[in-house]
Amino acid sequence: MTVRAPASDLPIKLEDVRHAARAVTILDSVSLTLSPGAPTVVIGPNGAGKTTLLAVAMGLIEPTSGRVSWGGRAHHPPLRRAFVRQRPTMLRRSTAANIKYALATGTVARSEWPTRIVELLNLVGLSGLGERPARRLSGGEQQRLALARALARDPEVLLLDEPTASLDPAATKAIEDLVRTIAARNIKVVMSTHDLGEARRLAGDIVFMHRGRVVESGPAADFFAAPTTQEARRFVAGELLV
Amino acid sequence: MPTDASALALVLSADPTLMAIVWLSLTVSLSAVGFATLIGLPVGAAVALLRFPGREAAIVTLNALMGLPPVVVGLAVYLLLSRSGPLGSWGLLFTPQAMVIAQSILVAPIIAALARQTIEDLWVEYREELAALNVGPLRRVVTLIWDARFSLLTALLAGFGRAAAEVGAIIIVGGNIEGFTRTMTTAIALETSKGDLPLAIGLGIVLIVIVIIVNALAWIARRAGERLAGA
Repeated sequence: MTVRAPASDLPIKLEDVRHAARAVTILDSVSLTLSPGAPTVVIGPNGAGKTTLLAVAMGLIEPTSGRVSWGGRAHHPPLRRAFVRQRPTMLRRSTAANIKYALATGTVARSEWPTRIVELLNLVGLSGLGERPARRLSGGEQQRLALARALARDPEVLLLDEPTASLDPAATKAIEDLVRTIAARNIKVVMSTHDLGEARRLAGDIVFMHRGRVVESGPAADFFAAPTTQEARRFVAGELLV
Repeated sequence: MPTDASALALVLSADPTLMAIVWLSLTVSLSAVGFATLIGLPVGAAVALLRFPGREAAIVTLNALMGLPPVVVGLAVYLLLSRSGPLGSWGLLFTPQAMVIAQSILVAPIIAALARQTIEDLWVEYREELAALNVGPLRRVVTLIWDARFSLLTALLAGFGRAAAEVGAIIIVGGNIEGFTRTMTTAIALETSKGDLPLAIGLGIVLIVIVIIVNALAWIARRAGERLAGA
């Protein structure tokens, strides 16, 4: 008997992807491969196209042109991909019920849900808050719950859109610690940020975007040591890119 | 005042005539709200979530129908159910069923319009999150209705308030027949015109109490929603 390995979503490949809305180009000829391994951090100034890039990689947005594939397949349903928005919406339910809802949309067997809920609450540091209405949680707690919901889908790839934007340093640290824990579980993390310090702390690879284009990409150590383009050099130096 | 005292005595002694009228009123109004919910909720959800040509016009129409004049609805149902009307063979005119039909027509747009607004507001809030969670169309609808349940309950109670206080339509299609189709509102109108004020006032007291209870339930539902779901 042969056992077929579950289809992998990796690598995620974008080939000459262009996306425009109302005649405004948001992504311009983006070609990129997201492979298994350390976190890939997408950086760039506001309006660079980071969020749209992640949404395309998740399959939430059909690009205007170009090709996107997941593990070599186009139009692959996002069963093993999860996405956390910059400002996630909490369902009008308890904290635990939010996780349960996400479990119901994923591939985890129903019999395992109670155990998974407890595990995930512990993982994101929300044990004891399971019965609290999710909308009553603080901003940092809501972001952690959003991560728990994403993990409930048992993802192979986790896409995070500026998960620490508007959080205080303590809440930011909690999220960054979680990202490291998640990456250590062999889940491919792809996250965007405009915080260079965060990118230095978390990134294995860097994708630097400006005005809808991928200007530079590669290992984070190389990028920060010797950015090869003028835009990247200015961005790393802390200059304002417009 | 003797009239007020007599009215209160009728209420406190649970006068059989008064109680029969109250019971019929509640039966008719609750049945109408039930039918109106079966029609209004799916219509409201569909208009909220589907994009189709003429959707804006459908929303304007739904909102406008909330203010349907009861006597016009009564007249339309009368013409429909009268012996020479298209549904005259059903023999429903001057029956409680005819009153339920008329009130359902009045209440359904209220429930549909309020449900449309509630579900659409929540959909705007949830849309991207549910897409990120890869939630299918049917489950989205169920999720929105469930998570909006406390607000939707308020819509149902608003519909019940309209039905319970309505007189124009049911007096036309019900005929205000004693012991058969006489409800609180039609009885108040009749007894006042006859000068039998104790019964009219007694029914008025009961009607106001019912309206207060309905509003209290709406308030409790909203509070429960805030406490349980943070809604």
